Amino acid sequence: MDFWTTPLGWTLATAGAILLVTVGILISLAFLLLADRKIWAGVQMRKGPNVVGPFGLLQSFADFFKFVLKEIVVPAGADKVVFLLAPLITFVLAFIAWAVIPFAPGWVISDLNVGILYIFAISSLGVYGIIMGGWASNSKYPFLGSLRSAAQMVSYEVSIGLVIVNVILLAGTMNLTQIVTDQQGWIWNWFAFGGGLASWPTIVVMFPMAIIFFISALAETNRPPFDLPEAESELVAGYQVEYSSTPYLLFMIGEYANIVFMCTMISLLFFGGWNPGFPTDFLDSWPQFLANLFLFGVLFVKIIFWFAMIAMVKAFVPRYRYDQLMRLGWKIFLPTSLVAVVVVAAWRVFAVGA
Amino acid sequence: MLQGIAFYVLAAVTVIGGLLVVTARNPVHSVLWLILTFFSAAGLFVLLGAEFLAMLLVVVYVGAVAVLFLFVVMMLDVDFVRLREGFAKYLPLAVIVAGVLLAEMVMISLVVAQGGAAAASTGPATPNPDATNVEALGRVLYTDYVYIFQAAGIVLLIAMIGAIVLTLRHKPNVKRQDVGRQVGRDRNKAMEIKSVPTGTGVKPEDLV
Repeated sequence: MDFWTTPLGWTLATAGAILLVTVGILISLAFLLLADRKIWAGVQMRKGPNVVGPFGLLQSFADFFKFVLKEIVVPAGADKVVFLLAPLITFVLAFIAWAVIPFAPGWVISDLNVGILYIFAISSLGVYGIIMGGWASNSKYPFLGSLRSAAQMVSYEVSIGLVIVNVILLAGTMNLTQIVTDQQGWIWNWFAFGGGLASWPTIVVMFPMAIIFFISALAETNRPPFDLPEAESELVAGYQVEYSSTPYLLFMIGEYANIVFMCTMISLLFFGGWNPGFPTDFLDSWPQFLANLFLFGVLFVKIIFWFAMIAMVKAFVPRYRYDQLMRLGWKIFLPTSLVAVVVVAAWRVFAVGA
Repeated sequence: MLQGIAFYVLAAVTVIGGLLVVTARNPVHSVLWLILTFFSAAGLFVLLGAEFLAMLLVVVYVGAVAVLFLFVVMMLDVDFVRLREGFAKYLPLAVIVAGVLLAEMVMISLVVAQGGAAAASTGPATPNPDATNVEALGRVLYTDYVYIFQAAGIVLLIAMIGAIVLTLRHKPNVKRQDVGRQVGRDRNKAMEIKSVPTGTGVKPEDLV
């Protein structure tokens, strides 16, 4: 075991962990993408993709090969380097955010004690891929789409940040593992339900905060009903108009990785992460690996649940108009979450005690 | 060893990025290089053990300030020929400013190298090694320096109000959406049933 503590061993172990997480996410993305289309189809009483493989399970892989084998078209007059850099940035940023996500107790690549800030920093960079792609295309629709998207993502980041501050105040830490551990035990310990019986009245604030986080996550990832950057009725496909083949695929994978990431965040921050909602003392007698696998399964189910919610929102809700989107972000979510921060902070100081 | 490699790589990227900010011909590329510089500076903060500052640098500068830079630079119609026209004219001034900055930096580094000013001061209280970055900063920021901290907040608030005052215009004849009124509208307010006698048609005054 000594080898794993040497610099070389540490590098190899970390690289292995990163590879495992990345490949794991990529493979789950393939099926989640299919699930997204299937749910969308189900709501509209269609069948969805059902030709490639049993129940269309291999559809995403067929799409993958189709994308990869097509020609990469770079428009004339495009800024070639920035044009090709933009999807890469989106793709990479969507994956490095997963570095601080704890999948089960101890199953985390980097257990930063400013984990939430790291996530916030990375997600605030996500806008660059879109804005660079839109500008470098040297075309009107992509540019308009990317400007919209930049304004939208910057706006909703504010409310996401303030919502997260509420969780940080209740948990008293920015370490994600610690935040999830704080929610263990019964279901009322989850932060969406106030974070424990001692501070149950905060449910009045925290449950709406969880909903605001969910809606802001939709806006942040440019999902319907907030998919204005790529509103097909007015901007064709927004910043993606000029993209084809693998660069487009990178944009799409990055987008879906961000969506799944947001599902994971809402599960970790508000809905107990890997805690199933009842005490898990019976796991003490299990082997460590099996216990962790069980807890990871719990987190996985929650992620799938939130992904299904996001997929259904896409099918149910009509697209927002741009001024309504901005109104929702700045005039409703921002003041609400700001008041919530004051209330939760006051509760922490005067009711729970420092 | 890993730390050493990381430091030299990040420092090199920071310096080269900074150089390219001023030499890049396309202003958008300049901003992109600036972002890279910010980012590697954040990496240097991480190496120093100041992870909170690093994250704040990325959130505030890269995530917000540089996005606005990029916004402005992309929207501006920059004429490169006209930009270069003044180059020779402003060169002497630029050299003087750069020279003063360089001299100051050399002086500071000399003083630091000899342990001058740093050796004289007792320095800040040694941080508690157990406390995390955030905790250590929070403990001083909200106790010893709370008035300065609040004053900084007020300065930002004034700047924000100033920006709003400068840009807010209430134009007449602009239709605005009043969501409360829209939602509160019911069938009785929205429509009225008129009984029109057969064969006479609808006159304009009936509709008012």
